[in-house]
Amino acid sequence: MARKSRTKTPIAEQAPNIRKSNFEEVCLGYTVEEGMEEAVRCLQCKNAPCIANCPVMIDIPGFILAIKDGNMEEAAEILGKYSNLPAICGRVCPQEKQCEEVCKLGMAKNFEPVAIGKLERLVADWALENKDFSKAIQSDTPKIGKIAVIGSGPSGLTVAGDLAKLNYEVTVFEALHEPGGVLTYGIPEFRLPKRIVKKEIESIEALGVKIETNAIIGKTITMDEIIEEFDACYIAVGAGTPNFMGITGTSLNGVYSSSEYLTRINLMHSYEFPKYDTPIKQSKNVVVIGGGNVAMDAARSAKRLGAENVSIVYRRSLEELPARIEEYHHSVEEDIQYYWLTNPVEYLDDGTGNLSGVKCIQMELGEPDDSGRRRPVPIENSEFIIEADTVIEAIGQGSNKVLLSTFPELKLNKWGYIEADPKTGITSIPGVFAGGDIVTGAATVILAMGAGKVAAVEIDKYVKNEKQTPVTTNV
Amino acid sequence: MYKIVKTAKLSENQYDFWIEAPKIAAKTKPGQFIILRTNEEGERIPFTVVETDQDKGLIRFIFQVIGKSTSELALLKAGDSIKDVSGPLGMPTEIENYGTVMIVGGGVGIAVIYPVLRALKEAGNKVITILGAKTADLLILKDECQEYSDELIITTDDGSLGMKGLVTDAMENIIAKNSIDHCWAIGPGIMMKFCTMTAAKHDIPIFVSLNPIMIDGTGMCGCCRVTIDGEIKFVCVDGPEFKGTEVNWKEFLGRMKQYEEEEGVSLTDYQKVQVKDHG
Repeated sequence: MARKSRTKTPIAEQAPNIRKSNFEEVCLGYTVEEGMEEAVRCLQCKNAPCIANCPVMIDIPGFILAIKDGNMEEAAEILGKYSNLPAICGRVCPQEKQCEEVCKLGMAKNFEPVAIGKLERLVADWALENKDFSKAIQSDTPKIGKIAVIGSGPSGLTVAGDLAKLNYEVTVFEALHEPGGVLTYGIPEFRLPKRIVKKEIESIEALGVKIETNAIIGKTITMDEIIEEFDACYIAVGAGTPNFMGITGTSLNGVYSSSEYLTRINLMHSYEFPKYDTPIKQSKNVVVIGGGNVAMDAARSAKRLGAENVSIVYRRSLEELPARIEEYHHSVEEDIQYYWLTNPVEYLDDGTGNLSGVKCIQMELGEPDDSGRRRPVPIENSEFIIEADTVIEAIGQGSNKVLLSTFPELKLNKWGYIEADPKTGITSIPGVFAGGDIVTGAATVILAMGAGKVAAVEIDKYVKNEKQTPVTTNV
Repeated sequence: MYKIVKTAKLSENQYDFWIEAPKIAAKTKPGQFIILRTNEEGERIPFTVVETDQDKGLIRFIFQVIGKSTSELALLKAGDSIKDVSGPLGMPTEIENYGTVMIVGGGVGIAVIYPVLRALKEAGNKVITILGAKTADLLILKDECQEYSDELIITTDDGSLGMKGLVTDAMENIIAKNSIDHCWAIGPGIMMKFCTMTAAKHDIPIFVSLNPIMIDGTGMCGCCRVTIDGEIKFVCVDGPEFKGTEVNWKEFLGRMKQYEEEEGVSLTDYQKVQVKDHG
C-alpha cells in the first residue's frame, strides 16, 4: 500500500487579514491536481462507514476513486446520482460530524480523515463549469403527475430535482423574490457564493422544474387550491421565524435577529449599499448571541461590514459549540472574540432608544439536560457589561407559521412543527408530504436534502398508487 | 415582472398606481398589503392595497415620495414593469357591523383607511369619517371616501380646506354629538398615538394600522416587531392592525427612525445621479 499522507492535502484560502474586509469566498477549493493527490489518501474501504454516515448516502469511495483516476466526469455522474446540490453540501455540511467523522483513515492514530467535503466541492464545481444545461433530457413521454413543492430551500429543491428526474411536472413555489431559501438569504457569500447557488438552481430548472417566486402559499395561493390542482405536494417551508430571548431592551435600535441581519446582507445586498437600496447599520462594537453556524455567519459578516470589535456570547463552552469547527477556526482567525459560558440578561439603552451595551452574566455547567449537554446555570453576582452598538440574536428559529395558520387540518407536533414520518415525509393528510426544518426544527442543509430524497420516493409511490386505483363514481 | 397599467399624480408628491397582479387581486381583503421591489437593486417596500379589480386582475396602491425608492417608483409610467410584487400580506381588517364607526385618516394614511372604510360601510355600519392633511392640495381620495361615508369632516393644518386644526379636535367634536361604537385611525405614527389617546379618554375601542420598517413581510425576520400588550408581535403577520391602546408607542416611534441617516444617504446619492444623467 502506498504511504498515505497523515494530513489532508492543504487547500488554498484567502488570508485572514484580507478576507475580513471582503465578502469573497474564504476557501478557494482544490485544483484537480490537488484533488487527485487527496483522493489517493482514501482507503477505498469495502464497507465504507462514510457512506452510512452521509444523510444522502453518497457512494463516497466511488466518486473519490474516479477523482484519483482523473476522471472528473465520472465522479460528477456518481455524485449526481445521490445529491442534487453537491456544490452546496461540499461547502456547508458539518463533515466532521458526518462522513469524515467515521473515515477509517481518520481513525488511525495521528491521521486526519480524507477531505471528503472538499473533494465533493471540487467535483461539483467542476461539473457546474463544464456541464451543458441545454443538453438536459427533455423526455417526450407524458408526465406521470403534477407535484407542488412549497419552499425552494435545500429540501424543496431536492424533491423537485428527484421528481423531475422521475418524469413529474414539478412547480416550486417560493415566497421571496429569489429561490434558494437559507442558501440565498441565510448563508453568506464568503461561505457559499450566490453564483454557485444560482448555478445549482439552474441545473435543477434544466431538469424541467418550474420555480414561481413571490408566491406565498396560504396567502397568494391557498392550500385548498394546491390540493385541487396537484396530485401531491411537498411542504418544505423551513423554520424561518426568529426567536427572541425577550429580555429587557429587545426593541432598542441596534438589536437584530440574525435572520434580519443576514437577510439584509445576503438577499438584499446591503453590504453594497447604496448601490443596492437596503441599508444596514454601520457598527463599531457588535455582540452576537449564540453558538451555531448562524451566529458565526452573523459575526463574520459584521466584521466584514467594518465593525472594530465583534464578540460572540455563548452560554456553554467551546466543547458544546454547535457550529462547524471550520467556521469557528475561520472566525478566530478573523479576530472574532469569544465570551464562553456567558448569557445576556439585558440590553442597555443609551437614553435615546439606541443600544449602548449588553449586560451579561457568567454561567457554569450543571447536570446534563435532555440533549445530553451539560446545562448552563448562571453564577450569582457575576454580571458585567460589554459595550455594544449592535447586538444580533442567533438563538434559533421556530416554525414558519404563515402557511400552517391557514391550513389547520394539518397535524402539528407539540413544538408547532409538522408531524411527518421522518422515513417517508407522510403527514396526516394523504398526498401532503413534508420535510426539512418544518418537520425537524432548524437542522442542517444535508438533513433537509435527505428528507427531500426519501419524500421524493414516497411521493412517486403515492401518485402511482393513486392513479392505478380506479376512480369510484356514484352509480 | 408586474405591469403597470395606469398611473396618476394625485398631488405634488403622491402617486396612484394600478398594476397587473391577478393572483394578488383575487385574494386581497381590506387591511392587507403588498411588498414590492422596483428593480434588481431595489429594496422591498410595503404598500397597502387601496382597491382591487378582480375581473381585470389589477391592484391599486397609492404612495408618497419620501426617499429614493419612492422617487424611483414615481418615475415609472403605464406600460413599465415592477420587478417583484408579493402579497396579499398581513391579516385583513375585522369587518363586521359595529354600529356607528369613526374613521380617521391622515396624509397618505387615507389610502390605507379607504378600503377599510368602504368595507365597513358595506357591512352596514354608520360611517363618520375624518380626513386630515397638511393642506387642501395634499388631501387624497376625498370623493371616494365621501361616497362611503355618512358624514365626512375634513381638517387641514393651514385651514385651506375644511376645519383648521388637528384630526383629534374633529374627533372630540364628533364624540360630543354621537355615540361611537368603534374607531379606526390610520396615518403618521404620532397621529395614531394621539387618536388612540382621544378614543381611550372616551372609552371607545380603536384600531390602528402600524407601518414599521419591513423586509420580507412574511414573518421571517422580526424587523417589524412591536410590543403589543407587553408581548413581541410581528406587524407583517400578526398585524398590521392592532388595538391602539395596546401598542407601545414610544418604542414603535423610536424604531421608525433606525435608518434615517442611511435613507438620507441613499436619496442624496440618487439625486446626484439623476442630476448628472438628466440635468
